[in-house]
Amino acid sequence: MNPGLLHELTKLLGEDSVLHKLEDLFLYEYDGSVEKGLPDVVVFPTTTEHVSQTVKLAAKYEVPVVGRGAGTGLSGGALARAGGVMLVFSRMNRILEIDSENQRAVVQPGVVNFELTRAAEPHGLYFAPDPSSWKSCTIGGNVAENAGGPHTLAYGVTTNHVTALELVLPDGEIVRVGSKHGDAPGYDLAGLFVGSECTLALVTEITVKLSRQPEAVKTLLVIFDSVDDAAESVVDITARAITPAACEMLDGWTLRTVEDYIHAGFPMDSAAVLLIEVEGLAEAVAAQAAAVNEVCSAHHAREVRLARDNAERELLWKGRKNAFGALGRLAPSNYVLDGVIPRSKLPQTLRRIQKIGTHFGFQIGNIFHAGDGNLHPIILYDPRDTAQFERAMQASAEIIRYCLQVGGALTGEHGVGMEKSELMPLVFSDADFSLMRRVHDAFNPDCLLNPGKIFPLNKGCGEIRVRKPPVEAASRP
Amino acid sequence: MSAISMNFAARLESLIGPSRISNDAAACACYAVDEVLPTAVAKPTSAEEVAEIVRFAALEKLALVPCGNRTKLAIGMPPSHYDIALDMTALNRISHYDPGDLTVSAEAGIHLAKLNSVLNEHKQFLPLLVPWYSLSTIGGTVASGIDSPLRQFYGTARDFLIGAEFVDGTGHLCKSGGRVVKNVTGYDLHKLLIGSLGTLAVITCLNFRTFPAPIAGSRGFVASFPNAEDALALRRTIASSSLTPLTLDIVSPELAQIFATRTPATPETAVFAGENRAADQTSLQPIGDWFNPREWQLCAAFAGTTEVLDRYARELTLLAEKSRATSTAILGDATRPAVWGRLRESLAMLLETSPATVIFKISVLPGHHAALFTNLQHIAERATLPSALVARAGGTIYFALLPASVNEDTTARLSQSIARIFDFVFASCGHASLPFAPPALKERTSLRSQQLVAPASSRLPANSRAELIPGVAQMRRLKSAFDPQNIFAPGRFAGGI
Repeated sequence: MNPGLLHELTKLLGEDSVLHKLEDLFLYEYDGSVEKGLPDVVVFPTTTEHVSQTVKLAAKYEVPVVGRGAGTGLSGGALARAGGVMLVFSRMNRILEIDSENQRAVVQPGVVNFELTRAAEPHGLYFAPDPSSWKSCTIGGNVAENAGGPHTLAYGVTTNHVTALELVLPDGEIVRVGSKHGDAPGYDLAGLFVGSECTLALVTEITVKLSRQPEAVKTLLVIFDSVDDAAESVVDITARAITPAACEMLDGWTLRTVEDYIHAGFPMDSAAVLLIEVEGLAEAVAAQAAAVNEVCSAHHAREVRLARDNAERELLWKGRKNAFGALGRLAPSNYVLDGVIPRSKLPQTLRRIQKIGTHFGFQIGNIFHAGDGNLHPIILYDPRDTAQFERAMQASAEIIRYCLQVGGALTGEHGVGMEKSELMPLVFSDADFSLMRRVHDAFNPDCLLNPGKIFPLNKGCGEIRVRKPPVEAASRP
Repeated sequence: MSAISMNFAARLESLIGPSRISNDAAACACYAVDEVLPTAVAKPTSAEEVAEIVRFAALEKLALVPCGNRTKLAIGMPPSHYDIALDMTALNRISHYDPGDLTVSAEAGIHLAKLNSVLNEHKQFLPLLVPWYSLSTIGGTVASGIDSPLRQFYGTARDFLIGAEFVDGTGHLCKSGGRVVKNVTGYDLHKLLIGSLGTLAVITCLNFRTFPAPIAGSRGFVASFPNAEDALALRRTIASSSLTPLTLDIVSPELAQIFATRTPATPETAVFAGENRAADQTSLQPIGDWFNPREWQLCAAFAGTTEVLDRYARELTLLAEKSRATSTAILGDATRPAVWGRLRESLAMLLETSPATVIFKISVLPGHHAALFTNLQHIAERATLPSALVARAGGTIYFALLPASVNEDTTARLSQSIARIFDFVFASCGHASLPFAPPALKERTSLRSQQLVAPASSRLPANSRAELIPGVAQMRRLKSAFDPQNIFAPGRFAGGI
């Protein structure tokens, strides 16, 4: 760590806003993914001006910079792959405005997703994107990764709800793009920056749309004796244009693990369940629930259970949203994949995932956003067993390749980050990379902002030095 | 025609064949953009041919303007250079349609109406009910950035365009996004193409998420009000209720008058599956006596089962009466298209109304609409110019100045009003652009170098003027990244891009 930079950062932000001891830095070395990257210094800005000055200092010392929210990301997006300065936004966590008449909120990037919905609730409003980590993840992180969640099936992902951003560019310039009303003239810059994984700019303020709470909600738990029947039901629900607000699937193995831990009321002897939510006018919801019931029954659902009250509904969702935590009880580590397929290809893809699991010697669980074809196969492994870890990586690459083969995508909501950067050539040609690179360089020409992300190492910032952690991962808890 | 241009047309011919190139004066005249003519017209039949032409243009530093059926070429500034018109209408295939996944990919030159008729077979549709609907191509619609009344419920193209293929300024075929409804792989470059007026790339293929057509049934609702305040009050009540109409527009008395007395020149076609109209039905019925051309009208459309339709009809009528509506009407299959078709074609109808129509697109938060309406009318009255407006509930307003004749005097009054409107909108924290204005007026209001920016006559302080396009410096950087040689529609876009 350059002592000059450390001194200047401390002078700018104060001692209580700068971490530089190795034992402190280790806390910021990981996120929710299997990746690691150790920063040289972690800072906690409280204003946009702080962010701008920090970035300028980093540029002066030619040190990389990366932003981070709560560190719940699943692709290594918020890791300091090449070391340098990490800006953690947890102290920029104020909701600046809730404008109920125009259904907008203005927030700082460190606001926790759930906190915004809680603040909007008294106005009959909420923030629609709801990642499983919504009680801890930040809106800044949601913007960087263009996060999704179960209810984005009907309401769209983060980008569909962001109308304006305040940004700090890698040279420290503060820029506003988009507009509160959401129809700013010119190119859709907000649309470009959302989901750019902190490789073009740091986000310091976000204007979002708030959605109106529906009048009626019905949550259905549909129980199946075969995964195929559950998958076919999803295909049919989509094809018949029934549009639930959420349509989630848990396979039998996964739901038994979850049930043991959370007691959400999932039947222990089923092969798969669908958690389906329909929302809207009372009259529309009744008709939609009936249509879901009809489709699922035609596909041999054992039972269609309607959540009786809010408490039961919340319990079912708790089971879904905390599932990954529950799986953590079974193995030292788990790897949550994120692939997308056309919904019409769901049954065959689930069968293929099982085969791949058997081939590599893993039980692969499936708990995912079935309604939009966004798969989250989960592989349990022990990181101390290098050979097993390698096999887990191979199995996951195989699954992702299959998703692409049937017309899908590399990642639906977790981002490319460091996790999938080397798989990008499966999707993009040299010409595609060349253009993406020119767009990257238009904002981040020296590659000091979040280097080593999205682009494969040989097609990205060329010179970046990807560092090994100073202490071997396996020797630490 | 100069020797050089003869030369390049001949060499283009050798690249993609003589039948796809024309430098005939009559042919070129059809591709004029605000009276600026190209030297040649190229009509490629594949993305590879597009790439060939672009590589050729990049090498020779020739300026290209891509176009579809040319219904919306008047949007934006005339190009500063214009050598080749790139007619994309021969790229008109549906390359992929997975009805079970509700996704479709189609080439840029396919007509929206044609695409929707194919989607119709599977009771699906693309919610782009844009002006000149029956003539518009999907590429032109997306590149023009024009919206539709259905944005109230379905959003704009940015909400359902899931991927694209396009040729960048280096002549390479590139892509972004994909064919699935959820995808965060790589930068969302396709979003930048929306409203780019052909300045970033030549769109060759677009991937959309499709939507189930409201086959259970749909209805319209019209309420009349003696003043804008009451219409706005009803809109506010609806927005804070549980109702989620498909469209929710307010029409000024002047536009209501135009609706009542005119029929759009562009034909009407069925959009939703199950609609009681032939796809090629060419005219709209006249507005009925339920429509009051001297009042403010709130027009909504809604869809659903019989129970849902009944609930909308009941509640909208009740809420309208509470907001002092002078009349209300529920429109069924027979009457709804009369209003819906006109609303869709509002801009086309406004352009047909006056020899020098000026149309602003103004975006301000809905909460500021009351003050804006009053001021816009005041500005128009001060200049003794007829005006009309349609306001979408989300905040976007189309405001037209409609002089009865063109002469020096009206042009002067128009340019004065334009400056005032820009000033007022900016002061209300909004944005204004001028998608349609006679070419002479675009020049006169000094918009050439800074289209969408307040004219030089603006009384705004110079330092605040840059904010009229948030991020314009970043837009310039993007333009250079996509089109390093500035060969795509130079000068057509905001900020002189």
